[in-house]
Amino acid sequence: MTGLLPQPSTVDTPDATGHFGPYGGRFVPEALIAALDELDVAYREAVADPAFTSRLDALLRDYAGRPSLLSRADRFAEHAGGATVLLKREDLNHTGAHKINNALGQALLAQRMGKPRIIAETGAGQHGVATAAICALLDLECCVYMGEEDTRRQALNVARMRLLGATVVAVTTGSRTLKDAMNEAFRDWVTNVEHTHYLIGSVGGPHPFPMIVRDFQQVIGAETRAQCQQLLGRLPDAICACVGGGSNAIGIFHEFLGEPDVALYGFEAGGDGLHTGRHAATLTGGSPGVLHGASSYLLQDDDGQTIESHSISAGLDYPGVGPEHAHLHDTGRVVYRAITDAEAMDGFWLLCRTEGIIPAIESAHALAGALGVGRELGPDGVVVVNLSGRGDKDMETAARWFGLEGGDGANNAGA
Amino acid sequence: MTTVRCADAFDRARAENRRALVGYLPAGFPSVDGAIGALRAMVEAGVDLVEVGLPYTDPVVDGPTIQAAAEIALRAGTRIRDVLATVEAVASTGTPTVVMTYWNPVLRYGVEAFTADLAAAGGAGLITPDLIPDEAAGWIAASDAAGLDRVFLVSPSSTDRRIAAAAAACRGFVYATSVMGVTGARARTSDLAPALVSRVRAASDLPVGVGLGVSNGDQAAAVAFYADAVIVGSAFVRRILDAGDEPAGIAAAAELARDLAGGVRRAPAPAG
Repeated sequence: MTGLLPQPSTVDTPDATGHFGPYGGRFVPEALIAALDELDVAYREAVADPAFTSRLDALLRDYAGRPSLLSRADRFAEHAGGATVLLKREDLNHTGAHKINNALGQALLAQRMGKPRIIAETGAGQHGVATAAICALLDLECCVYMGEEDTRRQALNVARMRLLGATVVAVTTGSRTLKDAMNEAFRDWVTNVEHTHYLIGSVGGPHPFPMIVRDFQQVIGAETRAQCQQLLGRLPDAICACVGGGSNAIGIFHEFLGEPDVALYGFEAGGDGLHTGRHAATLTGGSPGVLHGASSYLLQDDDGQTIESHSISAGLDYPGVGPEHAHLHDTGRVVYRAITDAEAMDGFWLLCRTEGIIPAIESAHALAGALGVGRELGPDGVVVVNLSGRGDKDMETAARWFGLEGGDGANNAGA
Repeated sequence: MTTVRCADAFDRARAENRRALVGYLPAGFPSVDGAIGALRAMVEAGVDLVEVGLPYTDPVVDGPTIQAAAEIALRAGTRIRDVLATVEAVASTGTPTVVMTYWNPVLRYGVEAFTADLAAAGGAGLITPDLIPDEAAGWIAASDAAGLDRVFLVSPSSTDRRIAAAAAACRGFVYATSVMGVTGARARTSDLAPALVSRVRAASDLPVGVGLGVSNGDQAAAVAFYADAVIVGSAFVRRILDAGDEPAGIAAAAELARDLAGGVRRAPAPAG
């Protein structure tokens, strides 16, 4: 079927040097430039090569299970002003999230470039698990960097990665979360770049990563367009996605950037609330700067030192954001809002109890945001929510939040 | 006051028929005053050009030693104004003093404001490990206006075309990273470095400094055999980290500087 193939974007971003408006580019040591150039060339050749695209297409279909469903969530929608709510079920992909789309593409690319070793950073562990799985399938060596704090709160995914043959390195520097895992992955890459591909999991990092990851993720939006037409005979009025680095969001948004009647909403992690300073809302609460190889928005102090982010969701707990989102924020094409931990967990609970679906806490930010968007649109509105991942990995966090640990007394806690 | 430039260090070394020694410490490590004391002691012991590091939260080019120093400096509350004060205190010795910094702190401060304040402190320029010339239009314009040196890095993986472009954008000297990897002392210095230095020389008349991995006088002598300057950072940090207290750390840094200064004087005289 068509629509699975990653086509290099026809929208004229990024420019030849990897800039989305004033954002993006390459803020990396010179030692990495040759590898980035090599990757750029290899990527452009690969997507023009039918042998590559048909292999990827087959893996997306037969391994990842695409296309993912777009399904009505009518009981959930009763809480969203009666608008029609459709869930893009990326949680049903193999390994449980949208991350597999990009991991498959980049792993094939690494194999094509003759790089036998893959490194990756991971926050919630979903990208790490997807990378470990494809590395097992393609017989590539895999090393995943994960902040020590995240290895604790996402212990299930650490076990999954190790079971799949990956080495998981717990990073003990800085805030011991995704930001520090990314620092360590960059240090590994600059040392081992000759035989190692850095399989970045989000739309951040130096050019060409934000473009490549977006292109491998835009299958989500392409399917959504076709499925929405098929279901309702029309495009949605709004699309909601959570934004940490922003790969699931860009993946579903990109198809609709040229559709002015489709409103796009990105929901960032508001943590304890923007006013508390304890959040990960980079676009709504940060400022422009450079982090991890690209110019974008970030959380920083007056001296340009990175401020540690806070979120109940490990996958959104990151003080940066992809450069294309920074551009879409400035141009106003996408509206970014912050969702607090408490609002996200309300959305999490609601989906469990109305639809029988346990979402990832990351995706719960989009669900919570969609409740408000649905109310703004009213009963005639159609809202698509990118359900980017499943929540199995979050059981410990959720059980603690809702008081579900222990004996019979906990059965109805949180209700 | 006439501000000294990097070229003064190379002129002085050349006049003495030897190579130059470049020493690095992060500002605020082991304390703001401790770094100033150590750097001044290193200058007295033979360091020709000083790099003051701007401690940063996400130092992706640095290995564990300099990461640890930056973390100590930041935890103690070191600010950019402390970095500039350190530059002023060291530059006042007449030794060319540059700041080595990741780009975001400069960007946040404001490129023009930072350039002006660095010049006012007597700083000679900037070394920018994560800023490539392709992204440096603002800094190139500001440093031209202020007459400051700017040092970009080249690497063994750089193409000849990129080496030529980087060298053309540099003023003062060219920084050759001799190994693929992060900062940190190594048992052996790199065998990739001599070839890299020759490639820079083919593209530019600027002096070439070689960094990453040097930790003693013998290694310094080996690097001085083919490079115009030997750059040492992590080894100074290591000596201070391992010392019992601040005075002992300063003494250890000075002792290492003497050893290294001996090394750059043992190497055969520069050609020409």
